[in-house]
Amino acid sequence: MAETLKVAMPKGRIYKKASALFREAGLPIPEEVDESRKLVIPLPELGMEFILAKPVDVPTFVEYGAADIGIVGKDVMMEENRDVYELLDLGIARCRMSVIGLPDWKPGIQQRVATKYPNVASQYFREQGQQVEVIKLNGSIELAPLIGLSDRIVDMVETGQTLRENGLVEMNSIFEITSRLVANRVSYRMKNGQIQSLCDRLQKVISASE
Amino acid sequence: MTKPKGFEKPSGVRDYVPYAVSKLRRIERDVLDCMSRWGYRQIMTPTMEYYDTVGVASSTSDRKLFKLLNNRGTTLVLRSDMTAPIARVVSSLLKEEPLPIRLSYHANVFRAIEEEAGREAEFFQTGVELVGDDSPEADAEVVALAIESLKAAGVSSFKIAMGHVGFLNGLFDEILPGSTEAQQSLKEGLLSRDFVGFRKTISELGVTDEQRNWLEGLLRLRGGQEICDQALELSGHPLARASISHLCKVWEVLEAYGVSEHVLIDLTMIGDFSYYTGMTFEGYASELGFPVCSGGRYNNLLKQFGRDVPATGFALKTNRILDGVNGVQEAAVLPVLVRYDAAHRKEGLAEAARLRAQGQSVVTLLIDGDHTGPDAAQPGATSQAYGEVITYGGSLG
Repeated sequence: MAETLKVAMPKGRIYKKASALFREAGLPIPEEVDESRKLVIPLPELGMEFILAKPVDVPTFVEYGAADIGIVGKDVMMEENRDVYELLDLGIARCRMSVIGLPDWKPGIQQRVATKYPNVASQYFREQGQQVEVIKLNGSIELAPLIGLSDRIVDMVETGQTLRENGLVEMNSIFEITSRLVANRVSYRMKNGQIQSLCDRLQKVISASE
Repeated sequence: MTKPKGFEKPSGVRDYVPYAVSKLRRIERDVLDCMSRWGYRQIMTPTMEYYDTVGVASSTSDRKLFKLLNNRGTTLVLRSDMTAPIARVVSSLLKEEPLPIRLSYHANVFRAIEEEAGREAEFFQTGVELVGDDSPEADAEVVALAIESLKAAGVSSFKIAMGHVGFLNGLFDEILPGSTEAQQSLKEGLLSRDFVGFRKTISELGVTDEQRNWLEGLLRLRGGQEICDQALELSGHPLARASISHLCKVWEVLEAYGVSEHVLIDLTMIGDFSYYTGMTFEGYASELGFPVCSGGRYNNLLKQFGRDVPATGFALKTNRILDGVNGVQEAAVLPVLVRYDAAHRKEGLAEAARLRAQGQSVVTLLIDGDHTGPDAAQPGATSQAYGEVITYGGSLG
């Protein structure tokens, strides 16, 4: 009997898409798990255990080996810079990281950028040869340019709906985001058979949908 | 920063209370004994080294080195590993010693790493360096010794992944001749364990479908001896083929050692390219989230200290093993308590000396008439903390 595979799943937006992908790959995740408020969900018939974490914490759980594998957006991977294996592009929760501002934006003397992703933003502007002041916010980033906290923001854009409704425009796209399957360095070796077979099953579904 | 509170210490360093020390010493002793049985002699080097010699030569990136200035303004580093200091010693003090030289060590090393639990600024490494032997036999010896050392340390379930830097160098050079930039980005994909990025780089290279399949197939090249045969089919590049045949020979020797069950060949296993020159390996234990040992061949290091000889070695991450190994706790030996009153001091101390000479741990205690210490007040506590209580003097109950 193989050991249980501990899977860190992101709560919220990505979770349903990820569990749907698992089901397509022939891993029947019970529907009631989607609605459950439990944080640790044993799935003995699949040889797995789901750990429901805040998306930004998924790579942390995986890096320390508290979870063997995890599903996490590329945005979090870029921001958190954790030492884990990035095994598979799941092709779900597709969106992009962008620089956003008011349509009449002009470079001011003191440029401020508000974001939930300070590392991503700092690195991007450094590569662009621009020195900016990065302000870390935790939500409703779009508010910042509207009320004069910052002149631009760096944030995830999915449909652009929120931007349009608030009169903001996407100025540059920084990178494309999809969810990734990541693995702990030790688990990747010690539970390689299980992880590889999960990878293969998911890959098949992903390739078919491309 | 606010003034630290009295109990605080810099982040990334830790205290070892007696219980932890006895465990650490047990691991250290058993592992060093094991290495000594393989003919490795222990060496000690200073905690501080010059930045321009050992600091620059070490495989640790510059920003992770602890740097300090001495009173002349010269930059020093706290050693970040033992390999570079040993290379310095082998090239200077031990210059006349005939090769091969086998050295072992147990030492604290320092890394300036982000403040977070599990990423320590000071930690222990126990390891070996085998200098002056370029053969597969030598590479297999250090892998086999790493396996024996992990067993000696009490790690029960572990695996070693072994790769070869030369195979990837050769294969990439064959498929992408001359384009060092593309080769570099492929290597970086593997080094940062970003397989998604690796595949993306491949798809952007404009290589043939066949080459693309080869490159993507790399990510699946894991297993035993059969991997060597598969890899030989992948590449006709002389460097790649030489590397694989070297790895095959290492595998054969490991089979002869009877330890190949613990080893798997993984050709994506790459250490730092600028440092390792041949076989590289890493060890994993199921109880721990981080690798427990790493090593490989570094034939270019000693040259930097003026003695151009090949070398191979490994280090166990002893702290991590300490955190993970629980089963092999030794029963703590309780000391004997010798109590005496003032009139019987001489007899009491003589008995203590006799027991100590026999190797016993003995604590002595003077009890006078109005003694109100905890031991006198609570005889029950006494018997718990001591293996035996011997009393000299009539008035003691």
